[in-house]
Amino acid sequence: MLTVLLVDIAVEGADWLRPELFLNYHSRKPEKAGMKSAIVGSIIVMGLTGLFSFPIGVGAALYLEEYAEKNRLTRFINININNLAGVPSIVYGILALVVFGRMFGVLSPNSWLVTTFNLPVGNSALGGLDFNLFGLEWLRIKMPFGRSLLSGALTMTLLILPVVIISSREAIRAVPNSIRLAAYGLGATKWQTISRQVLPIAMPGILTGIILALSRAIGEAAPLIIMGAFTYVPFLPESLWDQFTVMPIQIYNWITLPQEEFRLHLAAAGIIVLLAVLLSFNAIAVFLRKKMETKW
Amino acid sequence: MVDIISTPSTIMEEIKMNNNLNTKLNIENFNLFYGNFQALRDVTIGIPEKQITSIIGPSGCGKSTFLRSFNRMNELIPTVTTSGSIKLDDVDIHQNDPVELRKKVGMVFQRPNPFPKSIFDNIAFGPRVHGITTKQVLVEIVEKSLRQAALWDEVKDDLNKSGLALSGGQQQRLCIARALAVEPEVILMDEPASALDPIATLKIEDLIQELKEKYTIVIVTHNMQQAARASDYTMFFNMAEDRAGYLVESGKTVDIFTNPKKELTEQYISGRFG
Repeated sequence: MLTVLLVDIAVEGADWLRPELFLNYHSRKPEKAGMKSAIVGSIIVMGLTGLFSFPIGVGAALYLEEYAEKNRLTRFINININNLAGVPSIVYGILALVVFGRMFGVLSPNSWLVTTFNLPVGNSALGGLDFNLFGLEWLRIKMPFGRSLLSGALTMTLLILPVVIISSREAIRAVPNSIRLAAYGLGATKWQTISRQVLPIAMPGILTGIILALSRAIGEAAPLIIMGAFTYVPFLPESLWDQFTVMPIQIYNWITLPQEEFRLHLAAAGIIVLLAVLLSFNAIAVFLRKKMETKW
Repeated sequence: MVDIISTPSTIMEEIKMNNNLNTKLNIENFNLFYGNFQALRDVTIGIPEKQITSIIGPSGCGKSTFLRSFNRMNELIPTVTTSGSIKLDDVDIHQNDPVELRKKVGMVFQRPNPFPKSIFDNIAFGPRVHGITTKQVLVEIVEKSLRQAALWDEVKDDLNKSGLALSGGQQQRLCIARALAVEPEVILMDEPASALDPIATLKIEDLIQELKEKYTIVIVTHNMQQAARASDYTMFFNMAEDRAGYLVESGKTVDIFTNPKKELTEQYISGRFG
């Protein structure tokens, strides 16, 4: 069944895999329409998601495996991490909208916080603070994060964190205890043991887990739509604070249009690109595991 | 009982009588508990410097636990509590940081457990965690340790080979070299040859004899012949009714094996239990 679908997509989309698809933005005319901003958006969001989820996920996994005592609290946390991995992605979209996109509305012009402390917020309905530390453009911080790339990446980070934590824990647990004992026996501290022996040995497993989680996230449209990502973005993002779109949203948008060229051909071509990216992610994961894994 | 004409002396008496022997480790009234279960009861013994002392006894009598007390490895198990004192060169080992202690008291485990890294990195790990980063110094330490562990000639051509690619016996000598690289004063060996074939075992035993020149060695073994062959002093542990381990008898290995004072020791070494 899946094969039939894939073949169908390949047949419908093959002719529409033209340079314009990669070089143009969305257009009303199918023959001119492309998904440049979506491709760039997807790549940036995934890069940032990897950047955020790696330290948080590995840190949490290390804490739970190596430091945390086995008590009620950690059991509770364990159950919750497993549950979070099964929460529908759209729920993360709602969460991200409230927490990152709007920050509970506390920075809107007439909120209690703003009126009490007389914060210099913007005039729009969302309001928002705009710091510019030391006058450096790249240190600029906007709060709330709104519909920005940063919001999108944080949404995706939340979405994949449970999976990243679980797979990292598996990888850390797979490191034989004799290695830890050997390191302690040589007078290594706990952190030296973890950072120089346990983590390097667990790293291929951890990276594989993160890449597979990312390849799930790259196909997600729902949480980003809820979070407020746009479907029509005729420019490339220049900073973390710019609006963006991603490939699945662009494909979804094309499918909803009435013209056959969009509905069938361009959408199919978009799916081919998405699949290609996804498969190359998985290929990297397999390659890393094969290359770096320890043979005992 | 029949009077024994020349009573064999305990290790502590030996140390007192012999001016060339010093006590390296001094254990007094040492008790160890896993939670509520007492694993060691009231052990008092001295371990002579630059000698090989073997610990024998039936399974579960706490030999390995006793050995791991010397470098505080037992503390990695959260439920373990101890009482009494263990002194290394007259300093109680519980006073200082376990990390510092383990620098002085190295350990070789039952199963060879090299790190999944190159031979060089395996040995350089210890010096590195203690702050030596100069490549030249590390190269010297690696060569010296491998020579001491009688492994140099077999691996000198390819120090970048993975430690896991070596044979079992070589791996165990690599682990010994790794322990030597941090220049310990005492080396603890927990049945170092039990996972090896007879030839590799002999090599390890020869090596232990050589190492005794510079190091105090304590070795736990199941193998009675090994204890008889390879050690100068022997202590015999047994399990009490409540499964707590206690020291039955100690002394020169020759005395323990040829002229044991206690009937229990005699029964054990002649293989009637254990």
